[in-house]
Amino acid sequence: MERTISKQRLKEVYVWELPVRFYHWINALCIVVLAITGYIIGRPPAFQSATEASYGYWFGTVRFIHFVTAFVFFFNFVMRIYWGFVGNKYARWYNFIPLKKWQWKEIICVIKVDILQIKDRPVLGVGHNSLASLTYFFTFLAFVLQCFTGFGIYAAMSESWLPNLFSWIVPLLGGDFMARQIHHILMWFFILFGIVHVYLVFYHDYIERTGVTSSMIGGWKFVEGDDADMDGNERIRSCNQK
Amino acid sequence: MKKPTVYDEIKAAGYSRRDFMKFCGTMAAMLGLEASGVAQIARALETKSRIPVLWMHFQECTCCSESFIRSSHPIVADILLDKISLDYSETLMAAAGHQAEKSLRDTMEKYAGQYLLMVEGSIPLGNEGYCCIGGRSAEDILKEVAEGAKAIVAWGNCASAGCVQAADPNPTGATPIHKIIHGKPIISVQGCPPIAEVMAGVVVHLLTFERIPQLDALGRPKAFYSRRVHDTCYRRPNYDAGLFVQSFDDENAKRGYCLYKMGCRGPVTYNSCGVIKWNNGVSFPIQSGHPCIGCSEANFWDNGPFYKHLQSFPGFGIETTADDIGLGLGIATGVGIAAHAISTNIRKRRHINLGADNTNTENK
Repeated sequence: MERTISKQRLKEVYVWELPVRFYHWINALCIVVLAITGYIIGRPPAFQSATEASYGYWFGTVRFIHFVTAFVFFFNFVMRIYWGFVGNKYARWYNFIPLKKWQWKEIICVIKVDILQIKDRPVLGVGHNSLASLTYFFTFLAFVLQCFTGFGIYAAMSESWLPNLFSWIVPLLGGDFMARQIHHILMWFFILFGIVHVYLVFYHDYIERTGVTSSMIGGWKFVEGDDADMDGNERIRSCNQK
Repeated sequence: MKKPTVYDEIKAAGYSRRDFMKFCGTMAAMLGLEASGVAQIARALETKSRIPVLWMHFQECTCCSESFIRSSHPIVADILLDKISLDYSETLMAAAGHQAEKSLRDTMEKYAGQYLLMVEGSIPLGNEGYCCIGGRSAEDILKEVAEGAKAIVAWGNCASAGCVQAADPNPTGATPIHKIIHGKPIISVQGCPPIAEVMAGVVVHLLTFERIPQLDALGRPKAFYSRRVHDTCYRRPNYDAGLFVQSFDDENAKRGYCLYKMGCRGPVTYNSCGVIKWNNGVSFPIQSGHPCIGCSEANFWDNGPFYKHLQSFPGFGIETTADDIGLGLGIATGVGIAAHAISTNIRKRRHINLGADNTNTENK
C-alpha cells in the first residue's frame, strides 16, 4: 500500500500561530536588512570622492538603519523566546533542543531521507522535523551571540541601559576588535543559513506538498489524517519501515 | 625636619608660581576635572609630600619612560619623574649595583604599604632566564615588590597586555602584570607607549586624590580611555559621509578622507590620541595620514594585518579574511544546492510524479 506517499485523506492542521508568523517575517526582514547594512559597514563601497564631508551622511544613515533594526530584531527575538513557553506544541522550546532519544533518531532519519536521499520514505511530521529544530536552535544561539557582540560594541557610544547590559562581553573577549570579528563572522552564518533555508522550503514543498511555504503566511498545513496525530516514536517507526 | 611638599620641591627647582599653576591647570584639564579641580590639585601638591615610587623595568623597550620624559610640560619630567617620584628606576637612577639594590630595599622597608609600584614591561613566565636583574628573575622581583605596594601602575601595553613580546607564538611566555599579581589595585595605562600627558595625569590623580582613578572593565583610567579614537577623530565626518581613502597614494588620501578602509583601528581602540595628541599636541598617527594600529588594545600585534580591517582567518593564509571564506562557503553552498536539486529530481521522482497521477485519477 502506498500509504506514505498517496494523499487521500488530507487534514488541515493549524501549525503556526499568528505571533510565530509575525516573528518569522519580522525576523527575516531584520536579518536581510542587518546583513546588507552590516556588510556595507564592514566593507563600505567608496563610490564618492572629490567632495566635502559636510555634503553627505549616507554611511551614517546605513549605520543608523543597522542599529535601529538591531533593536527590532532583539525585541522580536525576546518575544519568540516568551512564545516558546506559552505557544502551541509546535512552537514550544522543547522542540528545539534534542533531549529525547527519538529526536536524535529522527535527525538520522532526516539525514538519510532528505539530505543523502538514500531512503525513500518521507519523514512524517507536522511541525519542524528534529534536524530543522536543531538547526533553529543553533540560529537562536547565533542570535544570542550576535546580540551580545553587537550591543557590546555599540554600548561605548550609548547611554541607554539596554546596550549597556551587554558591555561586559567586550572585556571578556579581550577588546572591541575580537567582538567585532565574531560579529562579522556570524553575519556569514546568517547568509549561508538564509540560502539553505529558502532552498529547503522549496524542496519540501516540491516533494511533500504539505503547503509548507504558505503555512508561514496562513498558519495551516495539510497532512494525512493519521500523520497529524503521530507522536515522535511512531514517526521513527514509520520512517524505519521497509 | 618637615618633609618638603611637592610644591616646595617644584619651587626649589626654579619654577615660578605661575608655572606651577599652569601645570595644575593643564593636569585638571587632562583629567577632565571641573574648574575647582585646579585648586584641588594645587592644594594637594602644596600640602603633600612626594609619594615614594618604585619604577621597575622588565621585558620592555623603555618607550614608556621615553614618552614620559618627553611630556609637553617640563614640570612633569623635571619634577614628577626626576626629582619627586623615583626611588628606584634602573634606567634613570644614578645609583647602580649594590647602591641601587639598597635604595630599593630601603624604600620597601621604610614605606611598606605606602609606595607606588610602577611597572614597565611584561614578565617572562616561559623561562625566567629571559629577564633577570641582579641574579633574580623578573617574576620573583615583581612579586616581592608588589607585596608592600599601595597600588600598581602598569605602564604601557607590555605591562597591561604583553604587547609585542606576547605576540604569537610568545616565545618567552610574556605575561602582563594583572595575570600575576592579584589582590592589589592595578591601573593599566595602555598604549605603546602611553601618551606622556596621560601618564602624568595618572600620577597627578594618585597624588591629588590618593585613590585609584575610575577604571574601565580592562583596568584603564576612564578619564583617558573611555572613548574610541574613532569617536574623537577629526576625520570622523568623512566616515559618516562615506568618504574613504582607498590607497595611501590616492587623491582621497591627499584630501584627508577617513582611513577606515586602510585598516584603521580607531573604531575598536580606546585612547586619547584624537584629543591630547602626541609631542606637545603636534599630531597623532591619523592626522599624519597613517591608520591607527590599536596599540592601547590587548593583542594588537596579532589582530593583523595592520592594513586590513578584518583579521586573517586562522589556518587560511595571511591574507584570507572571513569575507573571503564566507564567499567561498556561499559558492560551495550554491553548488551543493544545485547538486541536491538534481539528485532530488532523480531520486524522488516517485513523489514528484505522484501529484500529477492523483490529478489524472480525479479527472477521470
